[in-house]
Amino acid sequence: MNVLQWVFVITAFLTVGAAVMMVLSRRMMHAALWLAVALLGVGVIFITLEASFFAIVQLLVYIGAILILIVFAIMLTQRTDESGPRLNAYAWAAAGVAALIGAILTFSMAGWMLGNTGLLELGPAFDAILPLGQALVDTEGFAVPFEVASVLLLAALIGAIYIAFERKGERS
Amino acid sequence: MTAFWQDPITFLRLWLENLLLSWGVSERWVLLIRYAVGAILLATAALLFVILQLWLERKLIGRLQDRLGPNRVGPWGLLQPIADVLKIFTKEHITPAGADRVPFNLAPVLSVAAALMVWAVIPFSATVFGADLNVGILYLLAVGAVGEIAIILAGWGSNNKYALLGALRTVAQLISYSVPMTLSALVPVMFSGSLNLNAITRAQEVWFIVLAPLPALIFFVASVAEVGRAPFDLPEAESELVAGYSVEYSGLKFGFFYVAEFLKAFTVSLIFAVLFLGGWRGPGAEAYPVLGFVYLFLKSGAVYLLMILFRGTLPRFRIDQVMDLNWKVFTPLALILLMVIALVDYFLRGGLPLVRVLVLLGVNTLAYIVLDRLLSSRERVRRQPVAQPVRPVARPENLINPTETGVAS
Amino acid sequence: MIPLTWYLILSAVLFSIGLFAVLARRHAIAILMGVELMLNAVNINLLAFWHYWSQVRGAPQVNGMVFAAMVFVLAAAETAVALALIISAYRRHHTVVVDEMTLLKG
Repeated sequence: MNVLQWVFVITAFLTVGAAVMMVLSRRMMHAALWLAVALLGVGVIFITLEASFFAIVQLLVYIGAILILIVFAIMLTQRTDESGPRLNAYAWAAAGVAALIGAILTFSMAGWMLGNTGLLELGPAFDAILPLGQALVDTEGFAVPFEVASVLLLAALIGAIYIAFERKGERS
Repeated sequence: MTAFWQDPITFLRLWLENLLLSWGVSERWVLLIRYAVGAILLATAALLFVILQLWLERKLIGRLQDRLGPNRVGPWGLLQPIADVLKIFTKEHITPAGADRVPFNLAPVLSVAAALMVWAVIPFSATVFGADLNVGILYLLAVGAVGEIAIILAGWGSNNKYALLGALRTVAQLISYSVPMTLSALVPVMFSGSLNLNAITRAQEVWFIVLAPLPALIFFVASVAEVGRAPFDLPEAESELVAGYSVEYSGLKFGFFYVAEFLKAFTVSLIFAVLFLGGWRGPGAEAYPVLGFVYLFLKSGAVYLLMILFRGTLPRFRIDQVMDLNWKVFTPLALILLMVIALVDYFLRGGLPLVRVLVLLGVNTLAYIVLDRLLSSRERVRRQPVAQPVRPVARPENLINPTETGVAS
Repeated sequence: MIPLTWYLILSAVLFSIGLFAVLARRHAIAILMGVELMLNAVNINLLAFWHYWSQVRGAPQVNGMVFAAMVFVLAAAETAVALALIISAYRRHHTVVVDEMTLLKG
């Protein structure tokens, strides 16, 4: 096993461990911090996949924006006591369903013959950002989804502000 | 093999690698060791440099305020920061009751870590840099986001309403000022065609501050606001808000926040020097890479000096003035400048360099004049007294020879 | 030289952990964090296949990257709106536990 494989295995265990701790932790702030570790682990996995642009975007968008939003929401919806069960009544059934789906996916993909191809490192001349940038503004490429995505973000922004807006006199 | 005095760091690195290879260590592990040793050395050098920075700042602020600054401990007070460090080491760590221990203890560490992580992508000379990331500028933003998380954790973990308020205000300021900082950092990206900081440095035949002075100014002011330094230091105004989000910290944890603030200030001056002042470029920097270090530190030292001047002379902004300035002045200006410079530069690409410099300077000056006109029309009209009431003035001629109106002309 | 299967198995494991969080947790924001975990698992899958396809073709394939970028955008937009909904529901019901929001029940 060479260095890259060790890096992958350690990162994978860290990510899965952080995800499990996130799901099972009692205090919400701790869950948010474990989620940050899991997202960081996923970012490192992106780096092993030579998608360095997406690793940085993961850091910037998920950890830098979405996680801050989640932390703010946790602070704003804080209950004084965090007692009470973390998991609802269907926890065991849910665990069974999740394990079943995980097992189905794992075994179907492990049995796929082409899956055994090792992912070699693409060379340093492999610049992925320039084709991505060109495709995102190419009218025969992905310019329309790009514009639609920006309209979607605008709609989400306006919608979120409107939904969470506290109108005067509406506080019960 | 380059001589030692030409490029000391590369020389030492090659020596270490050859030593390890001759012991039979495999290539991959040699690479890993090289990166690990480089990271440790860089982090240690950055933190040791902060000590020098502390001394410089206190002396200069003292001089600006017409006093001497520390001069008791060591010649010219050079050992004062070491005395400060020793004092902070020996103070007790007090954790407030009811504080959530994990965010409380994690926040100072994350704060310093976020400041140090930036040093990984800065090109220090032609051959010495941490990581040749293709997306260097995006990485700088992402690391700023990690710093913001540290501040929220500090405010939340202190179990203190005022710390939380201070943290939320600080994070609001930091997130807001990321926008014009990013937009004006896109101008060097446009000029050099790459997000890679090495490529940006190499593309600066003419320094980008000459080609685009107004975006450079926006970047400088936005980064001063990003690090929470005067005049944008309301979040941790030492005389007003009792230190904001770090109010419940004592001992070395507070020391970390203190170090993080100074480290961030020097880091943004380094980034400014790399993006706009040509980085390590200078006469003879390619042939003798050690000169690249010298040039970079001189340039970022000059920018840091400017920051100290700002701190010593300008009064503090209120939080609403801070937000107002960001959203109503800097962001539209940065957007418009980005578009105008993109258009102008597109038509000038193939021409003479001197024409390009002059036209871009002209465009920047025009934008500055327009900005000046718009900003001055926003000022409140000064109230002018139309009629002055009669005021008796106590002067000898009034008292000796009082007139009816009681006013001496 | 990591086999493609390893990435796919990691993605499946993360997806099922996220699914468990969505199905079993009571706090609304914890459910949202489970959804984020599932989206990240999907992203790992997409980028693993992008790398594999680019390696087979010998040139960077743009489709996989654009798909992953769209997933980032959608995750951000969905988180913003979901958190706004949770905060608005908290104001009305004073609780964030989804089991206690039973106004429409029976």
